[in-house]
Amino acid sequence: MSVAPYEVRHPTHQQDGSSSGNYGAKPALACSTLNRSLSAEREQQDSSAHYSDDPWRITEEQRDYYVNQFRSLQPDLNSFISGSMAKNFFTKSKLPIPELSHIWELSDVDCDGALTLPEFCAAFHLVVARKNGYQLPETLPETLLPEYLQAASLKPMRDCALFDSYSESLPGGQQTRDFSRTEKKSAEEVPDNSALLQDGKKDDKQALKVSTALKTIPKEFQHLTVKTAAQESNALKARPRSRSYSSTSIEDAMKKGEEPPTPPPRPQKSHSRASSLDLNKIFQQNTQAVRSGWLPPPPPALPPRPSVSQTEQPSEVELHPQMNRPPSQAEENSSAKKEVVLSQPPSKPTRRKLRTETQGLETPELSPTINVTSSLPAVKPHLPVQKQSSKQKRAIQTAIRKNKETNAVLARLNSELQQQLKEVHKERIALETQLEQLRPVTVL
Amino acid sequence: MAVCIAVIAKENYPLYIRSVPTENELKFHYTVHTSLDVVDEKISAMGKALVDQRELYLGLLYPTEDYKVYGYVTNSKVKFVMVVDSSNTALRDNEIRSMFRKLHNSYTDIMCNPFYNPGDRIHSRAFDNMVNSMMMQVC
Repeated sequence: MSVAPYEVRHPTHQQDGSSSGNYGAKPALACSTLNRSLSAEREQQDSSAHYSDDPWRITEEQRDYYVNQFRSLQPDLNSFISGSMAKNFFTKSKLPIPELSHIWELSDVDCDGALTLPEFCAAFHLVVARKNGYQLPETLPETLLPEYLQAASLKPMRDCALFDSYSESLPGGQQTRDFSRTEKKSAEEVPDNSALLQDGKKDDKQALKVSTALKTIPKEFQHLTVKTAAQESNALKARPRSRSYSSTSIEDAMKKGEEPPTPPPRPQKSHSRASSLDLNKIFQQNTQAVRSGWLPPPPPALPPRPSVSQTEQPSEVELHPQMNRPPSQAEENSSAKKEVVLSQPPSKPTRRKLRTETQGLETPELSPTINVTSSLPAVKPHLPVQKQSSKQKRAIQTAIRKNKETNAVLARLNSELQQQLKEVHKERIALETQLEQLRPVTVL
Repeated sequence: MAVCIAVIAKENYPLYIRSVPTENELKFHYTVHTSLDVVDEKISAMGKALVDQRELYLGLLYPTEDYKVYGYVTNSKVKFVMVVDSSNTALRDNEIRSMFRKLHNSYTDIMCNPFYNPGDRIHSRAFDNMVNSMMMQVC
């Protein structure tokens, strides 16, 4: 009886039989579901009025997860987990030892050096909360007391019984229903995870997934800090994506600064100008494709000319897909490209984006000229080329002027701030001397 | 009410030491250190000691004009030293014993924590709270 609902709830525990001793991997797998469920529960908590906004309240999914984890360490639910086992288990969470020590102090209420099931649930909950940025309380919250948890623990056993009856008939369907039930209450992205996870569940190569997706045991908790890095690679693996989504939703819901999650290397370095951002991406893709095609053919006799010709044609190519976009931005990118072509090709995307900022102002001047050039694609390229070269020079000069102006402004600002800094320093010194005077003189 | 409480490890280095009026901290550290000699003397005098509460409690180690020093040793040779202000209405022996018993209980609770390595400094907040409750209240 205890095994069946186990399998129903978490696909990872289908491997209980196979790797009973390898409980390290199971928490790793189940942690993804935990995060998903946690995210679901967090948002449920935040949104619904049923639960008070209490991060210290253990929800049903969390409780089930904790119970399963307990089982992985100690099959008998009424018995203890010894201190050393618990220590090994919680050390995997990568929390610093003093914090783990404090968590233990809080959760081991009877101070016997062992954790009963409610104590274990409380400790695990505290670990999860800490990983998600919550500060540890000084005393154990009421909802984490063992008596409270004992009383509440009767309920999930009933649910287990219900699922037990379902499991025999439709294991897969029940799983989908189980997760869909939880996900209905959560954000949109979570059902994606559930769908992905269900695909993963139905996949027979779960063991493979365990090994590949979670190479090291500590990852079970590391995924909590993984943010959108995995989001970007969502096409590659379903599992990291689910982890990352759940973690981001947790962080969104909790809205707390985490231990520094590894920020993904975002490809966009430009400042956030909303419209230009999308353009940048599209241009990046287009230019990269176009450049590779364009650079070899034109003869390198006159560098400005072929570059201009290239830019002219890419500009028209890109203007087509973006007819609805304001032409100025198209122009700004094309003008940027003129500069960029002269530089090395591999650094084009970043360079171009940086330049889009500086050359944003010059776009209106270029727009009429480039419009002319783009409207005459079939005409000999030399006439617009000559126009564009002069326009190009003017564009560069205006850009230089603008840069100088911004430099002047920034320098002024800098001097003002320096002045303020000096004043604040003086104040600080004055206050410190006052403090020294006020401090009681110690008589030896 | 104690003025200074110290937990000394078996090798005679402090695991925890806390005194209430913090400006005289160094003096109390010195006092505790010198009291260790007296503790060792009493321990060696006991010989093969029976495991008994009375054996654990060493009683008044030595009095000075300002304060009295009491000692207590556990079975694992972890020593508790308490410095009490003499001006305080003389605390009864039983009270001192009960304070040591509380200390001992808190110490065992710390030992139960698997994340605590014996020999480390004690950083437990629960232990701090308990010690604070025993310390004198500074105006």
